[in-house]
Amino acid sequence: MRVLVAMSGGVDSSVAAALLRDAGHDVTGVTMKLWGGESDSGCCSVSDVEDARRVAAQLDIPHYVFNFASEFDDQIVDPYVAAYAAGETPNPCIECNRSMKWGRLLDRARTMAFDAVATGHHARIVRAADGTAELWRGTDPAKDQAYVLAVLEQAQLAMTMLPVGEMTKADVRAHAARLGLRTATKAESMDVCFITRGGRRAFLDARVPPVAGRVLDTDGVELGTHDGVRAFTVGQRRGLAVATGERRYVVDVDAPSATVTVGRVEDLARDRVALRTVSFTGAPLAAGTEITAQVRAHGAPAAAVWRGDAVEWVTPQPRVAPGQTVALFAAGRVLGAGIAT
Amino acid sequence: MSAPLTYLDHAASTPMRPEAVAAMLPFLADHPGNPSGSHAAARAAKTALEAARETVAAVLGCVVDEVVFTGGGTEADNLAIKGGGRAARRVDGLDAVVTTTFEHKGVLAAAHRLEREGFRVSEAGVTVAGVIDLDDLAAHLDERVAVVSVMGVNNEVGTIQPLRAVAALVRERAPRARLHTDCVQAVPWVDVADLAADCDLIAISGHKFGGPKGMGALVVRRGVALDPEIEGGGQERGIRAGTVNVAGAVALATALRITHERRSEESARIARQRDRLRDGLLAGVPDAFVNASGADRTAGHLHIGFRGIESESLLVLLDEQGVCAAAGSSCSSGATEISHVLAAMGMTRADAGASIRLSLGYASTDADVDRALAVIPDAVARLRAPAAA
Repeated sequence: MRVLVAMSGGVDSSVAAALLRDAGHDVTGVTMKLWGGESDSGCCSVSDVEDARRVAAQLDIPHYVFNFASEFDDQIVDPYVAAYAAGETPNPCIECNRSMKWGRLLDRARTMAFDAVATGHHARIVRAADGTAELWRGTDPAKDQAYVLAVLEQAQLAMTMLPVGEMTKADVRAHAARLGLRTATKAESMDVCFITRGGRRAFLDARVPPVAGRVLDTDGVELGTHDGVRAFTVGQRRGLAVATGERRYVVDVDAPSATVTVGRVEDLARDRVALRTVSFTGAPLAAGTEITAQVRAHGAPAAAVWRGDAVEWVTPQPRVAPGQTVALFAAGRVLGAGIAT
Repeated sequence: MSAPLTYLDHAASTPMRPEAVAAMLPFLADHPGNPSGSHAAARAAKTALEAARETVAAVLGCVVDEVVFTGGGTEADNLAIKGGGRAARRVDGLDAVVTTTFEHKGVLAAAHRLEREGFRVSEAGVTVAGVIDLDDLAAHLDERVAVVSVMGVNNEVGTIQPLRAVAALVRERAPRARLHTDCVQAVPWVDVADLAADCDLIAISGHKFGGPKGMGALVVRRGVALDPEIEGGGQERGIRAGTVNVAGAVALATALRITHERRSEESARIARQRDRLRDGLLAGVPDAFVNASGADRTAGHLHIGFRGIESESLLVLLDEQGVCAAAGSSCSSGATEISHVLAAMGMTRADAGASIRLSLGYASTDADVDRALAVIPDAVARLRAPAAA
């Protein structure tokens, strides 16, 4: 097959390219330049592009750089900034998967007559008997990335290859070392690629002036003030700057009134979480289906029932911060995802 | 790739002329001397270096000691603008830099460095045809201007700029300014001695005309003070310290001399090839358009767009067929930057993003044109076909 491999300059996508090449595919590497602004980490710095290009050369496959910086600004960075200003907690990396890697890049791959797009994500594509491309958790539980791919739909999954999903991270590194790839021992990027050393708050404040407001308890009593809601996420415990003598959590963020409400852990408990922007990896899920749902990248899934536009927990769960992705599972198989409202 | 490449990216870099390779080899293999020394080996290096300088001076129409060898065109631009600006401020108290919106990054970045040092920096506009807007330039000039920098030939679209008219304006309105011109793209196509006769500073780059990469020169007219960027042992009249790359200088001079001698003959042939390529593409590809077609242009540039496609995709398909072309100018990461040149010319984002640069050079053959005409229309058609999925 003619496969376009998205090479970030990290070890996983390096090995993905190597595995596909060695399996006999016609492999082309591509690195997306996504962030045009200042950055000191992340997937689009010049040194990462150089690493990807060098690995491609070692593998003797062509490598190109596609400049999607303008679309990245419009579709990832601007909504990210707007979400924080609205008191939400967005997942920009998941949106990047949806609209950049499996959006802009996949569209371009189709135009150039590639049969598939591959990445170095730790998740697995399994072909069902009816030909459906199913998305499953990766083999290495510590590195599983099914959560960040849960927003993909069948048309995207059908053209997707995830060759390192069957491997542990240690296997991936060992394979890279055997091939002599320069990325074999490279550290993982953990942060949002466009957030610089100045931190998220400085990044946001440079784009939307923060509005100061009040911190209330659940009875409406003012406990203090804050300099902007973008510093608060529902469920957050640290950095509240209010002394109450007991453990407090952010239980609500109301951006229009710039009000942050804090309460006890039991004030966070919810029976359900309503979702918007719901998508399914295959057929739409019937209401009433028993599922598990995962609300953060490395969170444990909890038992739930699908209610059509909401997840109803079997036992109450802490409130999910609005803007966060909720991934829906049947055991190790991804069913779909939505964004908490 | 096993098939021979069809190389249509001479504006990015040219193959070295065999004569230049032959000229530089002895200074890589046989001659150990440092031209700054005094013994026989040093004298051999010095002799070769000064002969190279004489050749460069003769071709560029300047005196021998006006030639400063540098490590490439970008360094020459940086030296001219930063060195010229800082000297003008130190000596004359001047504090402004004027350039244009469609310069090479080597010029724009140097100007922006001076801006951070407190200079006023402004950029004159260009017309839709890709030529400097002289009325706009005039409006940017005043008696405080330390450096004016206007390119001789635009690197992306190949338009030749009216430097004599620019110089006349500068002398009238900014009489104390140093007039610099980035002639990196000009050498293969125009007689720089004539084009830049009225300029104070002229930058050239070896690898754009069959010389080596990493080797350039800056003409610094007598009486034009520059503060050095690189300081050390006082080489190159104290303007550019560091042991000179003798082999590089010899090769640059050889390539420059041959380019100059063969310019009219080669340009005529390349123009015929370029025109055949242009006419073939316009005839063979629906909705194709030529950019900057109204202006005086080099024989080698063809900047052409194909509505509805993305240049980055087209370049991949062409590369898969062994056809080397470019879009925009390349940054160090290899990404295609959104072209500030095409934006400056007022092109829409869609048209700019659908355009590629095919640049022919002395090494281009009729077979290259045949191959490009066989590959490009087919690749455009594939990109325009509805996607399979």
